[in-house]
Amino acid sequence: MASASATSAHPSAHRSHMARWLVVAVPYLWLLLFFVAPFLIIFKISLSDTAIAMPPYTPVFKGFDAFGDFASKLDLENYLFLTSDPLYIKAYLSSLRIALISTFLLLLIGYPMALAMARAPNSLRPTLVMLVILPFWTSFLIRVYAWIGILKPDGLLTLLLQAIGFMGPDDQVQIFRTDIAVFIGMVYSYLPFMVLPLYAALEKMDATLLEAASDLGCPPWKAFWKITFPLSLPGVIAGSMICFIPITGEFVIPDLLGGADTLMIGKTLWTEFFGNRDWPLASAVAVILLILLVVPIAIFQNQQKRVV
Amino acid sequence: MKSSRFDATVLTLGFAFLYIPIVILVIYSFNASKLVTVWGGFSLNWYRTMWSNQGLMDAAWVTLRVGVLSATIGTVLGTLAALSLTRYQRFYGRTLFSGMIYAPLVMPEVITGLSMLLLFVALNVDRGFWTVTIAHTTFTMCYVAIVVQSRLMTFDRSLEEAALDLGCPPVKTFFKITLPLIFPAVLAGWMLAFTLSLDDLVIASFNTGPGATTLPIKIYSQVRLGVTPEINAICTILIGLVTIGVILASLTTKRTEMRRIRDEHDAARAEP
Repeated sequence: MASASATSAHPSAHRSHMARWLVVAVPYLWLLLFFVAPFLIIFKISLSDTAIAMPPYTPVFKGFDAFGDFASKLDLENYLFLTSDPLYIKAYLSSLRIALISTFLLLLIGYPMALAMARAPNSLRPTLVMLVILPFWTSFLIRVYAWIGILKPDGLLTLLLQAIGFMGPDDQVQIFRTDIAVFIGMVYSYLPFMVLPLYAALEKMDATLLEAASDLGCPPWKAFWKITFPLSLPGVIAGSMICFIPITGEFVIPDLLGGADTLMIGKTLWTEFFGNRDWPLASAVAVILLILLVVPIAIFQNQQKRVV
Repeated sequence: MKSSRFDATVLTLGFAFLYIPIVILVIYSFNASKLVTVWGGFSLNWYRTMWSNQGLMDAAWVTLRVGVLSATIGTVLGTLAALSLTRYQRFYGRTLFSGMIYAPLVMPEVITGLSMLLLFVALNVDRGFWTVTIAHTTFTMCYVAIVVQSRLMTFDRSLEEAALDLGCPPVKTFFKITLPLIFPAVLAGWMLAFTLSLDDLVIASFNTGPGATTLPIKIYSQVRLGVTPEINAICTILIGLVTIGVILASLTTKRTEMRRIRDEHDAARAEP
């Protein structure tokens, strides 16, 4: 009796096991092939020599037989070049500086917005969330492009300031192609990414805590720093990481809004790759950027895992 | 009450900051003047120029095909990934797997783009339509996984368990019970994937080849040459399409949500 039911259940159990295996294996293998393997390759190519060819690098190894050969040919030339030219070090530092300042500005603007959204009446909240998300659905490139028309020396900001008499008719706003324009572009493009995690953290907060504090005579600003802010810290960390990491490698914004002296590593990598066609050097630039971002990425991953 | 006035001010300023640039861009697409900053009267001239620009139209067609294909494959893979993460607490390399889901969300695009290109070169694949599609699938599936995962975490599994107890095979249970219930999230994931693909410049630039110029690549190269109202026109159309899509999607989710609430209500009333 028992064996009969076991055999009859067997094919279906086997199929469900197969299905289960496929559910995990298909996305797993896809990401291994198209996300992890490329990183191993980029690391390998960063150690090879430049060549004028298609692809423009000398392969470090051809097949697994040549493994000994591979080890002997590895060289750190590209990395040594990166450290010898102060331009690259400056670009890394400048990227980190721009990303830090942008993230700080985003917090400064995003926090009051998220707080206001979390304190809004229940019925209004979904609409407010929708309004924050909607610009994110419109193209990144389009949103950066929109700022060019505003910030150009003969652009709309100049016209507006001249019209209200804040500026003489011959004066022009000198923001376009400076770091200030880059900050505006960064804050504008990444604001939804900052506001949403902050809102998620603030919305979950227990309002009775603040009532208790105020009943016990705690002034509102003190209650904010003692209760609201510490409790929203997971949102602050998540939002900051979601903004800081991609901003460090940002290309489009510094390229379209920044000036010739706006150094950012994403731009450097782009130039090495598309301009100078130096693939190994571009790979080395990418590997070092990745190493710089390992700690923030680890913090982000940890945060996400705790949320889940 | 003082804080509510502060909140209203903050939100008004914040939303003005988010929306004014887009509104200006849309308004100036109807500008008769060739100068982007001088208003020369209402005209649909730039839409006509845009329509007859063959290069732009070809790019739009490529972008649309890449978007639909990569969003569809990405949604299937992302939904599977979300199921693996929420349903199977233990499998070999789970930490690596969740790492691979979260990392692409924050990875700078230049790194993702360059590394994928180097993979395609190493595999000796010709760059073009398919390489862009695969690249887009890879990063959009992670966004889909996050969206679907958050739905699955609040999912009431008793319906699934009931189906399984009544002898419905697991695969059939998934298609009959689970998928219809999580469908709004899957649809939202698809839309997100589609817009991300439509939007991407950097990853597409690295992985594109002859005959596979996408719209962002085209727009970018034109923007570098200078701002023209023609770009405003194509941007306005894209914004319009996305807005319509988002409104339709939110209406659909609202309707399914309402139906669900009504059903639950009826079920509760039917109980003795």
